[in-house]
Amino acid sequence: MNFFARLYYPLRKAWKAVGLYLVIAGPGIVVMVADNDAGGITTYAATGAKYGYHLIWFLLILIPVAYYVQEMTVRLGAVTKRGHAEAIFDGFGAFWGWFSLLDLMIVDWLTLVTEFVGMTAALAIFGVPPWITVVMVILLMAIIVLNGRYWTFEKLALLFCALNLVYIPGAFLVHPSVRDVLHQGLIPNFAGGFNGQLFFFLMANIGTTIAPWMLFFQQSAVVDKGMLEKDIPWGRFDTLLGSIVTVVVAVFIVIVTGTVLPGIDIDSAAQAASELMKTDRYVGTFLAIGLFDAGLLGAICISLASSWAFGEIFGWAHSLNTKIRQAPWFYATYFLMLVTSGLVVLIPQAPLVLITLFVQVIAVTLLPAALVFLILLLNDRATMGARCNTPSQNLIGGVIVLSIIILSTLYGFSVLFPNLFK
Amino acid sequence: MNGFRNLFSKFSAINSRYREPRIAMSGAVRLSLLVLRVYLLALVGLMIYKFVLIVTQG
Repeated sequence: MNFFARLYYPLRKAWKAVGLYLVIAGPGIVVMVADNDAGGITTYAATGAKYGYHLIWFLLILIPVAYYVQEMTVRLGAVTKRGHAEAIFDGFGAFWGWFSLLDLMIVDWLTLVTEFVGMTAALAIFGVPPWITVVMVILLMAIIVLNGRYWTFEKLALLFCALNLVYIPGAFLVHPSVRDVLHQGLIPNFAGGFNGQLFFFLMANIGTTIAPWMLFFQQSAVVDKGMLEKDIPWGRFDTLLGSIVTVVVAVFIVIVTGTVLPGIDIDSAAQAASELMKTDRYVGTFLAIGLFDAGLLGAICISLASSWAFGEIFGWAHSLNTKIRQAPWFYATYFLMLVTSGLVVLIPQAPLVLITLFVQVIAVTLLPAALVFLILLLNDRATMGARCNTPSQNLIGGVIVLSIIILSTLYGFSVLFPNLFK
Repeated sequence: MNGFRNLFSKFSAINSRYREPRIAMSGAVRLSLLVLRVYLLALVGLMIYKFVLIVTQG
């Protein structure tokens, strides 16, 4: 009795802390989990099937990489009260501004198409026709954003983030050997030697962890949420937690496919789900539900990233705290992106594979620019003041940005010229 | 016609508002932007080359 009485107060305190965090949890965790979108799930499923548990250590390295990059957008947004698109226009002039805005629009639209590809493929496993999926998704997303409150949008998005955790019980259902996971996964190694194909997979995993839309989304969301400089520590915690969750989910996907589908070449997450259905119906169902959720969460965030960016530059009202009548152009661009990308999936024989490849190539042109601008903006002492990058932050951020630029560029090359690393 | 005129004036207004970069153009900033330009030109050149390859090889 005494033991339980002593346990009660610490537990209640911890529960209160979790409750408080859930009230203020924000864009950091949403953007990070949304990063595990349909393309990301495919990459992790393919990595697990190809290399088993051997690349788990590499995924864990991506936690600080994702954190350091996204943390900079929190500081920039909280201090300048400007989205990333507006910050680029203001900081570097109209030429670089238009370049970034147009590139963002193209890459976001193409990525949205791939999210719809993932969602329709996931529900097709359960016999749902693609047109019903597209209509249902657009209606659902309208409900999420049209309530006129950023807070409600964020909490609904968090609910979908929680659904992303479905891969964790899924991994336990396939009974992986914990010893193998720890031995093969946590000790850095390159299974089968360092060759072109392995390099391609490493690059693909980095490419899916840092995407250009994430920078634009998180900075705009920080501004829309009204975060102030005093909220930066919370924003950092939120971003750190998000980067841990996103990589943990990725690790569990790798464990699922590494356990059940070793040595199988996976082209899409839907294919992985279908294959898993044959061995374990529940695990296959989990993967399909997770794929749909990933596509939905990705679509919500990506379409918002574009709408915010356009609103910032064209001077339209651009907040989720506004109703349609107050911000018609903001919602118009949001739904235009959404409906047109959804319709592409319904076109018979649409070049969806080509679009998926094109996304990666176009993203490579935007990502280095966005990252270079980010570092330069964070070093602008006139604007950032005490929140300016310190020398150690510049060193860490610089090394990460340089590495991402080199690897994502090589990844882009390998997509353009598939035989380059074979 | 009026719609196009409004749109054109909107673009002009944006261009004039952001004509001058606000960030101080130090040597490091200039160098970074120069490298970025070269990088993007090379990338676009590569994409065009790939496009020509696809078209000519069917």
